Amino acid sequence: MADTTGESPVQARRVGDTAIIYASDYLNKLSGERIERECKRQLESGSRALVINFRDTELVNSIGVSILMGVIDAAEQNKARLIFSDVNSHTAKLFEMLGLTRHVSLAKDEGEALSQVAPQKNAVGS
Amino acid sequence: METNTQRLLHTFATLADLGQEIANTADFEEMLRNSFHLLLGSFAIRRGAVGEYDRDRGELRLVAARGLSQSQDTSLPISSEHARELASLGSALSLDDSTREADRFLEDHHDAFPGVEINLLVPLVVRERLIGVVLLGEKATGEKFTDEDLEVLRTLTRHIGVGIHSHRLLEEVESKADENRRLYDGLRTIYKETVHAFAAAIDIKDRYTQGHSVRVGKYSEIIAREMGWSDDAVEGIAIAGYLHDIGKLIVDLNVINSPDRFNAKESKEMSRHPAAGYEILSPISHPYADIPLMARYHHERMDGNGYPDGLKGDQIPPGAKIVTLADSFDAMTTDRPYRKKLPLADVLEDFRANTGTQFAPEVVCAFCRAFLKEIEGTTKEQRLIRLLGKNYENVERVSPLLSQLISDLDGGAMAATAH
Repeated sequence: MADTTGESPVQARRVGDTAIIYASDYLNKLSGERIERECKRQLESGSRALVINFRDTELVNSIGVSILMGVIDAAEQNKARLIFSDVNSHTAKLFEMLGLTRHVSLAKDEGEALSQVAPQKNAVGS
Repeated sequence: METNTQRLLHTFATLADLGQEIANTADFEEMLRNSFHLLLGSFAIRRGAVGEYDRDRGELRLVAARGLSQSQDTSLPISSEHARELASLGSALSLDDSTREADRFLEDHHDAFPGVEINLLVPLVVRERLIGVVLLGEKATGEKFTDEDLEVLRTLTRHIGVGIHSHRLLEEVESKADENRRLYDGLRTIYKETVHAFAAAIDIKDRYTQGHSVRVGKYSEIIAREMGWSDDAVEGIAIAGYLHDIGKLIVDLNVINSPDRFNAKESKEMSRHPAAGYEILSPISHPYADIPLMARYHHERMDGNGYPDGLKGDQIPPGAKIVTLADSFDAMTTDRPYRKKLPLADVLEDFRANTGTQFAPEVVCAFCRAFLKEIEGTTKEQRLIRLLGKNYENVERVSPLLSQLISDLDGGAMAATAH
């Protein structure tokens, strides 16, 4: 588990070189910035893939979307994969409408997300 | 849910959040940054920047940026002519369309955004003046901005423009208020210095009462403070004390400097000075209340036998009652050509004898309290004792008299004779 800010901790865990980060119930400026910091920290510490788990997330506002765009940028710059998992249908539609799904994969749950990154893990590891 | 409906709801939510951000006047840059990120999030735009245009410096200072290689500290020069051109556009300008303004902006600032495609330039315009610029890259969908998108962008950026404009107005008001405060303080200082000069001029005319006006001002200040007056009112009463005898400037010099007690004719001449003082002071806009009235009424008496108007009791303004006592105290504690200064015990006996007829009981009581506090050392300053000077030694001897007078006045024994 990681807590990078000293504020409310962002829950995160590592599975191999994949970091799984858990978003809170409302993704706004405050919680979004914590997630962005945690994602960047994970990338800097060598994660080759990021999974953001939205299982608790009810709502994403515009600043939240903007911050996620920043995470997409950071992942691309680090040549890391980015997958959003457990996204509810409302948020999934929002991501699709806004075009986020062109830059990030959606997985129905963590297991599916991890299986999506598995080939890359192997590739990196070989 | 229909995509259009969802798009509409997302825009409404953005507008609601933007409204809250614009209302944040505590931190302007934070407001601008958050508003900008709301704008990016509204369309999922990956890159962009928002800058505030400084007309005096002729530059656009980037306040927030995302996805640009430039640091947020970048300032881009924009000539006043170009600023006018951008302001005249007044709405989002697609840089995909080759317009003179777009080409010029890209030409001028190509180096500022290397390798970044800027798709939209939105001038922030309030009252036909350029106050900022928003630069936006492509949408995450990769699609071109539609007319509806541009309409939404105009609405959102108009809010941001108003936010910048309001902040500037607030800064302007604060700066004007500071300037006015400085001017006011300056005028107040000039006024006080002028009053001091007048007080000196009044006292120079009367060779027997040098420093009288200044001392009356200071005694009045001490009494008013003891009576719980506000700082501003205390300053006012000090000024009134300095100026109370200004009417003497029109009194015949021979009368003022007469070595004997005044005869009837001289008394009549001398008694002109309170009303004359009022006439001199009335046309002046004093920063304190009732200065002319305090000069006019400082020879009024509680029993109505004073002059010039024969006012009684509460008809006399409180400030004038204070100046009256201060004036009398200084007169009794300084040498006059026709008599030496009185011992303090005699002065206090005079107060006792004339409280209620000449002096207001509450003023006498406040004076005695202030004096006693200085003698007993319960106040840091010994202003009253210092004003009396070294000619009055062993002032502590009058402590019992002061205590008794306070007790009599507080107990109402003497107040009954008042009015």
